[in-house]
Amino acid sequence: MGMLDVVGPVMVGPSSSHTLGALKIARFSYKLIEGIPDEVEFYLHGSFAKTYLGHGTDRALIAGVLGLREYDYDIKNAYDLAKKHNLKYSFIETDLGDVNPNTVLIRSKKDNKINEVQGSSIGGGAIKINKINGVDCDLSGDYNTLIVVNKDIKGALENILKVISVNVANLYLKRTNIIEGRALTILELDEKPSNLNELGNLECVIKYFYVGSDNI
Amino acid sequence: MTFKNLLDIWRETNIPFDEVILTEEMVETGMDPVIIKNNMKRLVEVMLTESEKNYGKKHESLTGLTGDNAPKLLNHSPKLLSDFNYVATITAISTAENNAAMGRIVACPTAGSCGVVPAILYALKKVHNASFDELVSSFIIAGAIGNVIAKKATISGAAGGCQAEIGTAAAMASAALTYYFSKDAEKCGHAASLALKSLMGLVCDPVGGFVEVPCVKRNASAANVAIATAEMALAGVESVIPFDEVVDAMYRVGKMMHEDLRETGNGGIAATPTARKLVENIKRGWN
Repeated sequence: MGMLDVVGPVMVGPSSSHTLGALKIARFSYKLIEGIPDEVEFYLHGSFAKTYLGHGTDRALIAGVLGLREYDYDIKNAYDLAKKHNLKYSFIETDLGDVNPNTVLIRSKKDNKINEVQGSSIGGGAIKINKINGVDCDLSGDYNTLIVVNKDIKGALENILKVISVNVANLYLKRTNIIEGRALTILELDEKPSNLNELGNLECVIKYFYVGSDNI
Repeated sequence: MTFKNLLDIWRETNIPFDEVILTEEMVETGMDPVIIKNNMKRLVEVMLTESEKNYGKKHESLTGLTGDNAPKLLNHSPKLLSDFNYVATITAISTAENNAAMGRIVACPTAGSCGVVPAILYALKKVHNASFDELVSSFIIAGAIGNVIAKKATISGAAGGCQAEIGTAAAMASAALTYYFSKDAEKCGHAASLALKSLMGLVCDPVGGFVEVPCVKRNASAANVAIATAEMALAGVESVIPFDEVVDAMYRVGKMMHEDLRETGNGGIAATPTARKLVENIKRGWN
């Protein structure tokens, strides 16, 4: 942690954990699906469920899935922006189990495909993305993140690593569907691989998502 | 990082304290000092721009618990405060009310305590004609004080009570003010210690859990604590206990505090009958 983590960021209030953190989780979802969803459901847990209206968590979440940054004045006008973009949204108070009190599960639908991101706001604007499409992980959002849906076959990970050839900070891997032989690989990377598109040529890769870090 | 460590380097090298801090930041984070300084400049710019824009303005907060205090102060001719305190107080309230109304702020160190540092920077500019560069140098001292507290203890109200948020903000502001007038790093340490000690034991008790009551007004009073303690330090008043030890003590106090007194909205002011009634009314309005 450095001085700039203590002073700053420039953000729209009122709360770093309830507004800023919420926006960052939602923005992660926006980057994951590469755009604004047609429809989004926000499942709010704990303190998020209890106080989201008074902390502007609702507007921050909508602003996040619209791709806004944390310092954008328009966060306040998120409902108007959602209307303009024909974004359908709903807020659902729920119990996500044994997770941080400020946790949200974002279920977004775009072109009839559904993606889920679950994240917790852990204080001071820091977040942990703890589930992507059902796979547990522990991502800070500070790294460039690569999410690969791959065939659950021998050598798959090795081939993926060979293509990206950059330093891996953290790695999560889980068999997601035994019958279809699928697995999900999540990698936090120190830099953006220059040849990401080559991943698509790999026999073992079904699809992949790349979420670049917002940090400079 | 300890404050003593920074002081030792400053004493040995005769380099301005803000440059000592930037160099130490580079050693710890590996970040180019020019980039750090540019980022600090941007934060000062945002603080000054927003202070100017929101000065004395009415705001509509998300719950309606706050929002019209800044205009009240602006329309009042001060009987007790100096020009400097008066401008700082209005700025602190305006910034905190702007935060409660989803305006743009610099979390410094947090969103709930965002009014204190801009209050003294804006007052230095308005009342003392401070130049932008001088404000940036002073702000770097504030950053170092906040960083020492964040590393040794906490700046989170949920972890350490409001002493960790508004107490840190006051210590940062007090050191920045002291540096502006003295360029003396030791005096900055005394100022920060005096400020943090003044707010030690302060509970975090937002009504309904919202960053409005009593947070907004605490920003204004903390700005005045910063000013008074800076004045003491400039006069040569010393803190008997060194800054690093004050920070350690603050952290221990924070850990001793019951959970109800740490941002849960269950204790302190949040637990008063009036607070509970207000929250009931607000939530009824949402359904």
